[in-house]
Amino acid sequence: MNKIANKQEFISRIKNNSVVMIGGFMGVGSPDYLIECILETEIKDLIIISNDTCFVNKGVGKLVGNKRVKKVIASHIGTNPETGRQMNAGEIEVELIPQGTLAERIRCAGAGLGGVLTPTGIGTVVESNKNKITINGKSYLLELPLYADIALIKAAKADTYGNLVYRRAARNFNPIMAMAAKLVIAEVEEIVEVGDLDPDEVMTPGIFVDMIVPAKSLC
Amino acid sequence: MENFREIIAKNVAKMLHDGDVVNLGIGLPTLVANYIPEGINIIFQSENGFVGAGPKPQEGQEDKDLVNAGGQPVTILPGGACFDSALSFAIIRGGHIDATVLGALQVDEEGNLANWMIPGKMVPGMGGAMDLVVGARKVIVAMEHTTKDGKPKVLKKCNLPLTACREVDVIVTNMAVIEVTNRGLVLKEIAPGLSIEDVQAATEPKLILEGEIKIMEV
Repeated sequence: MNKIANKQEFISRIKNNSVVMIGGFMGVGSPDYLIECILETEIKDLIIISNDTCFVNKGVGKLVGNKRVKKVIASHIGTNPETGRQMNAGEIEVELIPQGTLAERIRCAGAGLGGVLTPTGIGTVVESNKNKITINGKSYLLELPLYADIALIKAAKADTYGNLVYRRAARNFNPIMAMAAKLVIAEVEEIVEVGDLDPDEVMTPGIFVDMIVPAKSLC
Repeated sequence: MENFREIIAKNVAKMLHDGDVVNLGIGLPTLVANYIPEGINIIFQSENGFVGAGPKPQEGQEDKDLVNAGGQPVTILPGGACFDSALSFAIIRGGHIDATVLGALQVDEEGNLANWMIPGKMVPGMGGAMDLVVGARKVIVAMEHTTKDGKPKVLKKCNLPLTACREVDVIVTNMAVIEVTNRGLVLKEIAPGLSIEDVQAATEPKLILEGEIKIMEV
């Protein structure tokens, strides 16, 4: 089964108002080519779930800067002043979530869990409108799963079935986003044949991945 | 000013133990790595997904896939390991980090910390700070003792939005080392040339004085 897709095949699946998870941490491990392909279309009003909004003219930051985003769900927007400007001007909505909670809510969605109990955020603004649950005398917040229509992720290497290998700190949110979206599109830097990856080496099993798009460097 | 930051970093570094797994916040806390005493081996965790973070690479040797949580290029030392964000925060929240060092806007006598936003002015997001402060075994605040215009940052009660409640263990500033206890703030060390009165005057809550008060290393 060959999952290699071209630009038209994957771009046709992204619509206005789609909820899109995008891997990466300040641009490292970010599917930059997939983002550029979106920018070549008219797609707008995206709801983006990403750790951060990168920098003004990089990665996810380009989608924000080009007004393709109506809502950002992230742990940090401080490295991209344009996100803050649009938020203050009321042009986009921003929901800030502690990074560990963001990761765990995404993981929950992919793992079929109804939520997770975390001590993070107790006694802060994060706890407003959330169920607080006491277990063995300790308070936790009930945090609910976070799903997406599409996950745009990045890997260093894939076989044609979509088994993925990441490099160094470029792994970050990519493996958990690959489990939490209905459609998973992976931008990859190297493509090998099925059988060329040692099963022990695979970090995201190909069963989670719908499409593989070669990174720009491979085009 | 720069010297202040180095003094703070050096005094934080002294508190770490051989074999500790430590997460350093961005800004001033990253300087701590430069002052680890000889013979002490610290394993630095970077919340974007690895342990074994090493010094910044030589120019031209940067790896596009390897930055620290502040986005700066770093290296990974032999014995290091990489993982995803869920595992990274399981390490953080699960009590597997011996110490975290963070900057602060305000810290109070109950050990409450505010370091992630100033309403109406600065809303960058909390990033990993809330998880780190809740999960690390020891929370060390490293900051200048007062604001730029000389107002105390060590307060009776934080008035900025909190990062976490009652989690700070120790405060290291350019003026003093202060331990947070359930009785209040205990003054442990003061900077050379300062009197206890100087430190108290720059601190809102009453400092508890007990035992010997040492002079900070500079």
